[in-house]
Amino acid sequence: MTQNRPWIPYLLILPSVAFLALLFVVPLVQTIWLALSDNGAPSLANAERMVTDINFTRSVRNTFLLTIVVVPVQIAIALAMGAMVSKVGRGRETILWIWTIPLGISDLAAGLVWLSILQNTGYFNSLLFSLGVIGRQASWLSYQTPVALFIAIAVAEIWRGTAIVMVIIVAGLNQVPKEFKEAAEIFGAGPWTRFWRITLPLIRPALQSALILRTVLAFEVFAVVYALGGRNFPVLVGEAYNWQNQNQNYSVAAVYAVLIMIISLAATLIYLKALKVDPERLP
Amino acid sequence: MSTETMSATETASRPASFASSRRWLLWSGIAALCAWVLVPIYLVALGALGGRQGVYIWPKTGLPTGISLEPFILFLKTEGVVQSFLNSLGAAGITVALSILLGAPAGYALARYDFRGKDSYRLLVLLTRAFPLAILALPLTVSFIRLGLYDTIIGVGLIHTVLALPFAALVTQGIFLGVPKELEEAAWVFGCTRVQAFFKVVAPLALPGIVATAVFAFVISWNEVFAASVLTVRNRTLTAYLLTVLSESPMHYRFAGGLMLILPSVVFIFAVRRYLFAIWGISSK
Repeated sequence: MTQNRPWIPYLLILPSVAFLALLFVVPLVQTIWLALSDNGAPSLANAERMVTDINFTRSVRNTFLLTIVVVPVQIAIALAMGAMVSKVGRGRETILWIWTIPLGISDLAAGLVWLSILQNTGYFNSLLFSLGVIGRQASWLSYQTPVALFIAIAVAEIWRGTAIVMVIIVAGLNQVPKEFKEAAEIFGAGPWTRFWRITLPLIRPALQSALILRTVLAFEVFAVVYALGGRNFPVLVGEAYNWQNQNQNYSVAAVYAVLIMIISLAATLIYLKALKVDPERLP
Repeated sequence: MSTETMSATETASRPASFASSRRWLLWSGIAALCAWVLVPIYLVALGALGGRQGVYIWPKTGLPTGISLEPFILFLKTEGVVQSFLNSLGAAGITVALSILLGAPAGYALARYDFRGKDSYRLLVLLTRAFPLAILALPLTVSFIRLGLYDTIIGVGLIHTVLALPFAALVTQGIFLGVPKELEEAAWVFGCTRVQAFFKVVAPLALPGIVATAVFAFVISWNEVFAASVLTVRNRTLTAYLLTVLSESPMHYRFAGGLMLILPSVVFIFAVRRYLFAIWGISSK
């Protein structure tokens, strides 16, 4: 098929390569140059300005904390969902559809959804009030309650972001041949052993891509935070947004962008190395 | 429900009570997780339809009392809402068109040809995944002003295509792999040109998958907040509009905005639910 006209595949990929070169590679280089230059000369002045900013340390800490809390919980819930749904015959389609609904929900919308629950006269306070836990409306989303605000943001992120992990993991589980499980059962492996020794290693590729995707997205967290806490909870992308739109300082915004990219790349490399997928051991 | 049929097979080896209590545990877990997903959406819908008074009812019951469509319609009539809704549709339309037009040929090339540079191309596509792509909108502000693309839905559509294109290329590769090569070769034997064979044989078979990919591209664009907010001032998309007016809007407007963002995507996810797992099975390889 390739012998007579070898240029065909190149013709087919050319438009997308050109597009990605223009709108992915060029802005990437631009961002790095913008971040590391000052008046046309290489300089670390912007980086210095970022690091000495009052919100910098807080935004780094908040973003990392959120990622560390949110991603493992999402993986755990998604694995539980996958394990549950594998035991269901009829109704499986409906259950999976319900669980994938948050896949179509933006982080901004997720923030607004949880705002309706957690605001002062919201449903969460109403529930606590009717149970007699609180006497009057408590506030969860102000700068005076940083821990509650953190939990609220984490809950909203877990609510929204678990669906994508679940879809990838269930897709991975669907590819695991039944024989593996049956064989393990015959040799007397209990459910836990089966899960840890058979299922988990076999869905490693799915787990890896779910982790990469979710971690990169977690470092991008922004709108959910803004909808719930406004400026009370600085995160990296939020700071980049403020430097760009409020302060009109594109260079410092670019340094934030570079920092986020470095963190995302590092996380990706760590996952690729730690969860090395051995092609020979795949089903 | 399937409880009887399933437990019937299990009771053969285990005591009946043990098996049925396990079934009970399973189904209550499933029900709890379904509620975890659905109840918050129901509650924000109550907030959106409850209006100004609804926000201050205390304590709330969570029952649908005192709701009507009126507050939501009032929200729609607010200046900028309908326009930003249309802008979102426009940007998403551009994203869908571009990511399929550019991504599907690449997916076809990956599926059907062996060529030098194939692995490098795949690497480029996968590499985009390790980057927070929306952030690349930051330096684009300057070039977009120069090109007259700043504050236009075309500009937003272009950057959203960067997000959707790698996904479209990988997924369409999987879809074209699923169309048997033999059918295409048979068409050639019967005198079709390559182009004819593609449009008469391959395209109809690949169409449902490509539609599903398009829907995903739509959802990606529809939900994107950061790039859209950075690249627009007056021609805001719905997400960008809501983000900028957020701090000065009353609560029930925020909830109405949230509901408006959620509804189309939920419908779309429902429309492509059959393809969800196949697509992610492919694209996560």
